Amino acid sequence: MDVIQVNELTKYYGKSRGIENLSFSVREGEIFGFIGPNGAGKSTTIRLLLSLIHPTSGQASIFGKDVTKKGPEIRSQVGYLPSEVFYYDHMHVGELLKYSASFYPGDHKQRISYLADVMELEMHRKIRDLSYGNKKKVGIVQGLLHNPTLLFLDEPTSGLDPLMQRKFFDLVREENRKGVTVFFSSHFLGEVQRLCDRVGIIREGRMVEVSDIRTLQKNNYKKIRVLSQQALDSFDLPGVSNLHKEGEWTQFFYSGDINQVLQRVSSFAIEDMDIEEPTLEEIFMHYYE
Amino acid sequence: MNKAIYRYELRQRWSSVGIWAGSLAGLLLLFMALFPSFSADMAAMNQVLDNFPPEFKAAFGLNSLNLATLEGYFGFCFVFCQLCLAIQAANYGLSLVSVEEDDLTADFLLTRPLSRPTILTSKLVAALSSLLVTQILFWAVSLASIAMFKGDAQYEPRAVMLLFGSGVIFHLIFFSLGLLISLLVRRMHSVTPWSLGLAFGAYVISAFSGILGDVKLEYLSPFKHFDPGKIISEMQYDTTLVVVDAALVIIAIAASYWLYQRRDIASPS
Repeated sequence: MDVIQVNELTKYYGKSRGIENLSFSVREGEIFGFIGPNGAGKSTTIRLLLSLIHPTSGQASIFGKDVTKKGPEIRSQVGYLPSEVFYYDHMHVGELLKYSASFYPGDHKQRISYLADVMELEMHRKIRDLSYGNKKKVGIVQGLLHNPTLLFLDEPTSGLDPLMQRKFFDLVREENRKGVTVFFSSHFLGEVQRLCDRVGIIREGRMVEVSDIRTLQKNNYKKIRVLSQQALDSFDLPGVSNLHKEGEWTQFFYSGDINQVLQRVSSFAIEDMDIEEPTLEEIFMHYYE
Repeated sequence: MNKAIYRYELRQRWSSVGIWAGSLAGLLLLFMALFPSFSADMAAMNQVLDNFPPEFKAAFGLNSLNLATLEGYFGFCFVFCQLCLAIQAANYGLSLVSVEEDDLTADFLLTRPLSRPTILTSKLVAALSSLLVTQILFWAVSLASIAMFKGDAQYEPRAVMLLFGSGVIFHLIFFSLGLLISLLVRRMHSVTPWSLGLAFGAYVISAFSGILGDVKLEYLSPFKHFDPGKIISEMQYDTTLVVVDAALVIIAIAASYWLYQRRDIASPS
């Protein structure tokens, strides 16, 4: 079943583009990575799905319900961690979390103290006095305290130190194992690679590609590096791209029959050679050329 | 209506209500303390007033108010209270939803499982409650200051009650106009210049319409609709204008709900 369905969703802010004809879906129980550079429309998409803003055209639904009509119903099952966390400055952390919990039925005290323990959050401090990273932790606890079945994480790791990032990822994985669907927006590809099942790449308001993270990586692209005293400048073979020299090493991406490229390479006097899976980062850069 | 939001909003305004009520009390006590000396030597006072140009007297409502009577003198003070009430209400209306958008905290409530009308109603009722508390404190101080300084003077309680009532209508008008304006602009940034502009603007229109004797202008300003001099001399409101104001309040509030439902909440980043 699809938890999120987006159909030809378009948002313009006056004349400037937010997103254009965006279509994709997120399946129940998966961690969906949503990657793109700043200004590509990631936050716009999330804000549309949370009905903080209204679409210019197109339609989106969550749990099979239209986001513009059933917002409150949908949001009772949704947790949201904004990219930049702004809460009522004068409140204490505990007060804010209690205020947040009051909007969801049930008792969330235990859950709050569990999450605060994991994230090492001090409950008695004022929001005003918290560092950026600590505010982010409040955001994380606030987003998870009501046991949502769908989580929106908008650039969640910025401001968290590596140790906290790991704890946070463990927490997200733990939630995911319980069946929680995660929508993870980021421009750090490494973290998407570590966590996500599928990934959508957004660029200038349009979805460039949605694919399985393994397919994307194995999309028969290889990163090849060749060490040779000879000039490899005339290395023209269909499927070779992004050829450049780094000192004595020549590096390029190759997509196609691996035998052909090996034959071509062996026609030079080479000293060393690496063939690697490209990182998502590199594949990603590739989409931007 | 959500109780948690209501309580939160009410707590937020506690100190503001205290400051407004305190200022009104100070203003009233200061003015009313002068009443005994005023009424004692009215002949001299009238002489002073006669030297003022009629335009000046009209601007301050002195042409229709008899300062020798207690209700006349109270009515004169009341104009300044009206101005304070207008600024306070405009402030609350203008900041009702805009302050969270400027502080970038608006996302918090709007991502909870609450509809926008629920959020707006909770905030609105809380703000109106704060205004009502201000009114009650204001009435208490008014009655106390009248009792303290009236001396032998007799007064018509109905006139004072009518003035109090006009204060409530003032609150509602400026609150709803403020709210509507805040939703018509994309971002407020700062509320105070707007609320001062709205309240003083209305006051100046009223004062000028007195100077020019221009009938058309007076329909624009609540200060003219509820001119204390007129209320005291006629012992009633102008029904047509009250209906106009009530309609204005209802339309402004309804339009605010409509606009808020459709509003795009700007992203913090």
